[in-house]
Amino acid sequence: MSEPAIVCRNLGMTWNAGTARAHEALRDINLEVRPGEFVVLLGPSGCGKSTLLYLVAGLEAYNLGTLEAFGAAVSGPSPDRSLIFQQTSLLPWLSVWQNVTFGLALRGEPVEARRAAAKEALSRVGLSDAMDKRPDELSGGMRQRVAVARSLTMRPRVLLMDEPFAALDVQTRAKMQDFLLDVWRSSGASVLFVTHGIEEAVALADRVVVVTARPGRIKAIVPVDMPRPRDPFSREAERLRAELTGLLRDEVDRAFAEQEAFA
Amino acid sequence: MIARVAAKAGFHEAGRPLLSAERKASISAWASKCGWAIISVGMFALIWELLWAVGLADPKLLPPPHVFLGNFVEQARNFNTAQRWQIGAGVAAGPTPWEAVGITILSSTGRVFTGLLLAAVGSIVLGVSIRYSGWAERLILPTVTLLAPVSPVAWLPVAIFLFGIGNGPAVFMVFIALFFTMTLSTIAQIDAVDRNFINVARTMGATKRQIYARVVVPAILPGLLVVLRLNLFGAWMVVLVAEATGVGYGLGQVIMLARNTFNPSLVFFTITLIGLLGFGFDWLLRKVQARVLYWVPENKVIAGV
Repeated sequence: MSEPAIVCRNLGMTWNAGTARAHEALRDINLEVRPGEFVVLLGPSGCGKSTLLYLVAGLEAYNLGTLEAFGAAVSGPSPDRSLIFQQTSLLPWLSVWQNVTFGLALRGEPVEARRAAAKEALSRVGLSDAMDKRPDELSGGMRQRVAVARSLTMRPRVLLMDEPFAALDVQTRAKMQDFLLDVWRSSGASVLFVTHGIEEAVALADRVVVVTARPGRIKAIVPVDMPRPRDPFSREAERLRAELTGLLRDEVDRAFAEQEAFA
Repeated sequence: MIARVAAKAGFHEAGRPLLSAERKASISAWASKCGWAIISVGMFALIWELLWAVGLADPKLLPPPHVFLGNFVEQARNFNTAQRWQIGAGVAAGPTPWEAVGITILSSTGRVFTGLLLAAVGSIVLGVSIRYSGWAERLILPTVTLLAPVSPVAWLPVAIFLFGIGNGPAVFMVFIALFFTMTLSTIAQIDAVDRNFINVARTMGATKRQIYARVVVPAILPGLLVVLRLNLFGAWMVVLVAEATGVGYGLGQVIMLARNTFNPSLVFFTITLIGLLGFGFDWLLRKVQARVLYWVPENKVIAGV
């Protein structure tokens, strides 16, 4: 077995640590993500699963435990671990192809090489025609595909996705899930995918990590042993959804009670 | 050749419609906007004229539009830009009335524009450096915050001490009126940049410098242009004050002259010119905005005034 892509050991994170506004987001996270594995983090809103993603991306610093990517401690962002955001994060003043090759431009690659790379990446996400368009001319789904293409040009070994399809309508989301699985298979990267949707978790994951609320802790890790393409109406899918719903219900209740207490 | 000219002018070739439907719609929208503007100003003028007609508005104090716009040549005589008052120069010496008005307008406009440009460039540079470097912030920000609320009028003596008379003090006044507030608003714009944009650049391995050059500066430009447009009117106010105190010539000097010679017609004539200039400038800046900031939707560009 090759070395794991991501290893978290006793990982903890407190926002504004040491101040009156201190808020513990994550506690005792122990998780390994294998190369090429598709792991979904499932939990109620505000449970800290996005925080975990930001820690792995290196955008925020953790306070406790260890976090390693491919054997090296995570100390900052790296093109190796590419984060795709919930909202569209394309730069509105750049055209689609300039957005896709933004990372290459930062490295100072020449225009011809960048255009070629953009063409290749955009054809992989099925948007070859959109090269010279501007982000505001695209639909929400297309923009997220451009964001995926932008990540792919960096040839990451880990794709981190923060509820990337949450803002899309149901039909588009289903299409985007199929699309993501294609990209995942062809890129060979590991995926760490955050969602609060049980259907989405069952449709995508090799393993579903259920995260509790405040502070975020791992409640259970549920393997999904279903061949792809998956039938969402199969008996196994039904059973998994019921299991995950049960695991989540307590957490949602608790989160709810806490929010009411705050209000 | 003729065909090309005709095509350029929008004449149809072989039965094609004169103008596309879109173009027609935009022209008619523009025409109705213009129409309402004319009605609005016309109504204002009409009320004034009526007040004059029934004898409520004394023409010696509040001359109605047809009086102060009626004798252009007479008014233009006061836009004295040559050294006509100097010994040896005849009454007819110097520029014609049209030239005099033109020179006066151009010199005031030039001062506004120069001051605005210097303030914009200076405040972007200073605002970005303050956010870029902690040292710059600690050393400079307190002073900027301290000076920002000082009225530009308070700087007037300083302008005269430093630059005497001429273009210098007027440009300095425009600059000083805008520079500090625009620096603070640059900082506010930087703080409001979408975190996602910055995080995207960070995950792609951007250095701090690259983040500022490629993300922060383009992201704050739309907001800054709106600030610039709002401050344009402030710049016009300040330049008049500066000119009124002895720059030599300019619209402010004409107003001061009108005041000293008790000439209300000249005051209203100059006010009309200033109003038209401000309007024209604003229109121009909007066009620049729409062209430079092609990624900002039109309605966002127009909003703000």
